[in-house]
Amino acid sequence: MKILNLPLTSKEIKELHAGDSVLLNGVILTARDCAHKRIAEIMQRGEVLPFELKDAYIYYAGPCPAKPGMASGSCGPTTSARMDSFAPSLLDAGLGGMIGKGEMSMEVRRAIVRNCRVYFAAIGGAGALYAKAIKSSECIAFPDLLSEAVYRLEVENFPAVVAFDCYGNSIYDQK
Amino acid sequence: MRKVDTKEIENAIYEMALDAGVSLTDSCKRALYDARQIEDEGAAKFALQALCDNFELAEREKMPVCQDTGMAVVMMEIGQEVALEGKLLSDAVNDGVRRAYEDGYFRKSVCDPITRKNTGDNTPAVIHTTIVAGDRINITFMPKGFGSENMSRVYMLKPAQGVEGIIDAIVETVKLTGSRPCPPVIVGVGIGGSFDTCTYLAKRALTRDLGTHSQREDIAQIEERALKSINALGIGCQGFHGKITALGVNCEWAPTHIAGLPVAINIQCHCMRCRKEVL
Repeated sequence: MKILNLPLTSKEIKELHAGDSVLLNGVILTARDCAHKRIAEIMQRGEVLPFELKDAYIYYAGPCPAKPGMASGSCGPTTSARMDSFAPSLLDAGLGGMIGKGEMSMEVRRAIVRNCRVYFAAIGGAGALYAKAIKSSECIAFPDLLSEAVYRLEVENFPAVVAFDCYGNSIYDQK
Repeated sequence: MRKVDTKEIENAIYEMALDAGVSLTDSCKRALYDARQIEDEGAAKFALQALCDNFELAEREKMPVCQDTGMAVVMMEIGQEVALEGKLLSDAVNDGVRRAYEDGYFRKSVCDPITRKNTGDNTPAVIHTTIVAGDRINITFMPKGFGSENMSRVYMLKPAQGVEGIIDAIVETVKLTGSRPCPPVIVGVGIGGSFDTCTYLAKRALTRDLGTHSQREDIAQIEERALKSINALGIGCQGFHGKITALGVNCEWAPTHIAGLPVAINIQCHCMRCRKEVL
């Protein structure tokens, strides 16, 4: 089990291989369907995003509301493939990587290789476990989208598996 | 006639929804423990361990098992000797759902299909009512997540395709979904009826406990053969490769037209949170 601190250096990324189990520490930003549509529209208009994209890690997730005394409600990953059309341009614009669940397209895989980045798979359906790994949560963009807004999460020992590595390998490929 | 105030139904829905959001069915928990036992080392075993830890934690701390607390699917079999009183039945169901999703700190996941604006309270629920004999009301409540719902399919097969065609359709559906719906999945299959009824049957099939089989021998065999073929695909937990891709295949059937063989396949993730109650 590798313990990683985000953002990763190129050297650290090159040491990761599809199938490696890791624990992530640091800051990640949630964004799912509606937030991605907004981000794409803002970028198309050439305007400035309400958060720094460079070296950021997007977590495809929409949390439950937090119970009193907790930083976040349950917060597992959503299906990454729905963000296939958005991910390559975000990676080309400096995105550090993504965390989600399930296979993504070949275009995404090529963008990961081209930019020397990584796509992590979190464990789909383990929402309560992930809530425990979240130490703070703050809405930083699009609050009207409710659970689909962008939340800045500080995470500790967030379990994940390397899904796409920077060499073009995927954990989902047939063995 | 037996009088039932719809407030009773609202309260039952509230309790079922609150409980369902934080705990899996017993048969689903058993199936996940078994899968963890069967799977060898590697990422799939790691993921199954996480899933078992997760549902134990969620139940202990009354936290949603999965952040996708779903669309609320409510199936009611209402005895025709029941006279409903009070507010409109659908209002009662939606009020129960609204209160539970607020009090349970559940995610509100329902939105307008075009504008995508969230309704803010997880209503409306998906409500199916059937009139049956007797003076009781059987209520089934199932929160339905959409990562898996999105992977569902309908096949309008030719009668000549028969049993082999049905099994091929089930296995193809799971194969095409691959890693995306949170495998290990539970597969609900509706066989026969019409374009619309087969999808309802598929959803109803999901509400049957894992490990149980159709009372019809020929259909029970379809369930067993399809499950075996799905697990031979090797997709495994989360798509990380392994022996367990599905926890079960449940089929329901209805008579169909001489020209057709509709088959609906409704995919459910490993998070089966169905509740049943009789009023």
